[in-house]
Amino acid sequence: MKHGLTGLLAGLLAGAALTALPALAQESVKIGWAISKTGPNAGGATISLIPNYEMWVKEINAAGGLKLGDKRLPITVVEYDDRSSSEEAVRAVERLINQDKVDFLLAPWGTGVNLAVGPVFAKAGYPQLATTAVNERAVELGKRWPNSFWFLGQGSAGAGALVEVLTNLRKDGKIGNTVAMVSVADGFGIDLSSAGRPLIEKAGFKLVYDKSYPVGTQDMAPIVTEVQRANPDVFVAFSYPPDTLGLTEQSRLLGFNPKVFYTGVGTAFPLYKQRFGANAQGVMGIGGWDASRPELQDYFKRHVAFANREPDRWASPITYAALQMLQQAIERVGRVDRAAVVKELQTGSFETIVGTMKMKDNIPTNLWWVGQWQDGEFYGIAPTTNQGARAPLFPKPAWVAQ
Amino acid sequence: MTFLPLIPATLLVAALATLPLYADGYCLSLSLSLLNYTVLATAWAMFSGPTRYVSLATVAFFGIGAYSVAVLGEVLPWPLVLLIAAAVGGAVALLVGLSTLRLSGVYFVVFTFGLAELIRQLVTWYEVNVTRALGRYVFVDVTQAQIYWQMLALATLVFLTGWLVGRSRLGFALRIIGDDETVAPHVGIDITIVKVALFALSAVFMTLAGAIMAPRWTYIDPAIAFNPMVSFQVLIMALLGGAGRLYGPLLGVIPLTLLFEFLIARFPNHFSIILGLVFLVIVYLVPNGVAGLTARRAAR
Repeated sequence: MKHGLTGLLAGLLAGAALTALPALAQESVKIGWAISKTGPNAGGATISLIPNYEMWVKEINAAGGLKLGDKRLPITVVEYDDRSSSEEAVRAVERLINQDKVDFLLAPWGTGVNLAVGPVFAKAGYPQLATTAVNERAVELGKRWPNSFWFLGQGSAGAGALVEVLTNLRKDGKIGNTVAMVSVADGFGIDLSSAGRPLIEKAGFKLVYDKSYPVGTQDMAPIVTEVQRANPDVFVAFSYPPDTLGLTEQSRLLGFNPKVFYTGVGTAFPLYKQRFGANAQGVMGIGGWDASRPELQDYFKRHVAFANREPDRWASPITYAALQMLQQAIERVGRVDRAAVVKELQTGSFETIVGTMKMKDNIPTNLWWVGQWQDGEFYGIAPTTNQGARAPLFPKPAWVAQ
Repeated sequence: MTFLPLIPATLLVAALATLPLYADGYCLSLSLSLLNYTVLATAWAMFSGPTRYVSLATVAFFGIGAYSVAVLGEVLPWPLVLLIAAAVGGAVALLVGLSTLRLSGVYFVVFTFGLAELIRQLVTWYEVNVTRALGRYVFVDVTQAQIYWQMLALATLVFLTGWLVGRSRLGFALRIIGDDETVAPHVGIDITIVKVALFALSAVFMTLAGAIMAPRWTYIDPAIAFNPMVSFQVLIMALLGGAGRLYGPLLGVIPLTLLFEFLIARFPNHFSIILGLVFLVIVYLVPNGVAGLTARRAAR
């Protein structure tokens, strides 16, 4: 019924003839994704997901395709726009599964949308590799939907890693006890500040400033002025990209230069380095990887060649690494068997651009939470137990005129 | 009063109710979307059609419904959750209606748009400062088929209510208000009571639609629940169909939902551009809605 009606509409509206695609007998592997090409999520999706998805497909096809058994099958893609709406995303994924009958799905962008499509992925048994979703119930979700993998883990771990960095610095007698914390009044800021507050206090630090600001706040001057007056050793901002840039800019202008300067999402964007140049030196932020790995450096180069810009240093590498895992899992299983691929992802060990990846409770075991700009590259510095963790550059150098 | 139209309507509802038995997930999902917008647009037209007060508050009530489920879904039995959601939606509508239905024209439009934003900001403020967690998880064990049946029942109810209201003194009073608000009080109509009653009635349906849809998304935050696009889409659908008749919005919902679906599936990269062009064409060619078009044909 639906085909008849939409077909009719097509004729009426565009006068375009519809070309029906012939059904192929597994001569290719069909991969589908619904992603926010428009709406408020489009910015994040365009930075972290879309170029990686497209580059991955292009690279596999250039190599002859996915290796299933003894033959290579090229990947064909079906993609939709979820318009940054949970309801659209749910329907688009149902369309991909039921109408387009794709072999595998790639995950949408963002915590809310990934949770919305979770039940649909789970019901149909498709592996869901969510690489842009931070949520506090990740472990529980991995149990509820065993096919779902939460590559950014739980936000409280991020706050924990930051406190670890601070505690180590204090142990070395480098910083005192005072911490100022600001957070954006939205999912990410609330989650991390709620998790961070008790951890910071439990570790014996004193919160001399603790406030949130609404999403979309333009003028950061009042916040930075107040924080400056409290004169903390450590400044922590669980911020979104525009606020991250705003807070850094204001701190530079007002000459607020604490010993530790940490900002949230956006710190790891190449844009941050372009905007602040030498002033990025020593700034800490969420994300980071072992950037000294040649595989990762090679990925950065390929990304620049493909998308004409550098990838961000938080979600992009893990997205690409997740795709590598998916490819390896499919090729190890050797056929389109989604249950077996899920099992392989849960239990296998994978060589990726960010190192060896293994999952526990459907979350990677070696996540990075705190990174720092050091000489033009964003390096992971915590958790310090991670392989390749760098020592933090301390203290943060003074701002220079730009 | 004749009950004759009820017979084919009953048959239609019975036929629709069997859909989940053979339709696949996608088809069901699309039908659910059709039903959801049918409820919202018909409820919208129930108030805005006769009174000609253009409301952009649809998503305010839809969101209240969704949030009621997010807060209570895991702790109370489902029928009770729906009941409370309806009560909250109705109460907010009464409160808002009493204080604002004196506004008219563009002031009312702007106010209703602001209302959705106000409620969204209030919820955000509460979550940030009191619960200290912005998103809420909705783990209610309900299948898609069950959501579909509930929505079908709600759609039936909204049509039945609209049909009864249209034949009641209340509906008559509303049409008089719509035709001339100055004359209405002179013929003995208490316009405030009539308007507020209808505003609240339509709000209850919108709230229930939000409550029924919420378990589909697992996760709700203010941006998801109070997405202003819902208000605009409902408005466009109702106006395309024709808000003056009970079945009018349906004539807008069906073609537009299918059109959105077609465009998004075929032209994911040019959706917004094509949609804009289509709206221009609609406004230019069918200014009185599809229902107006058919009525004019019939009159010839």
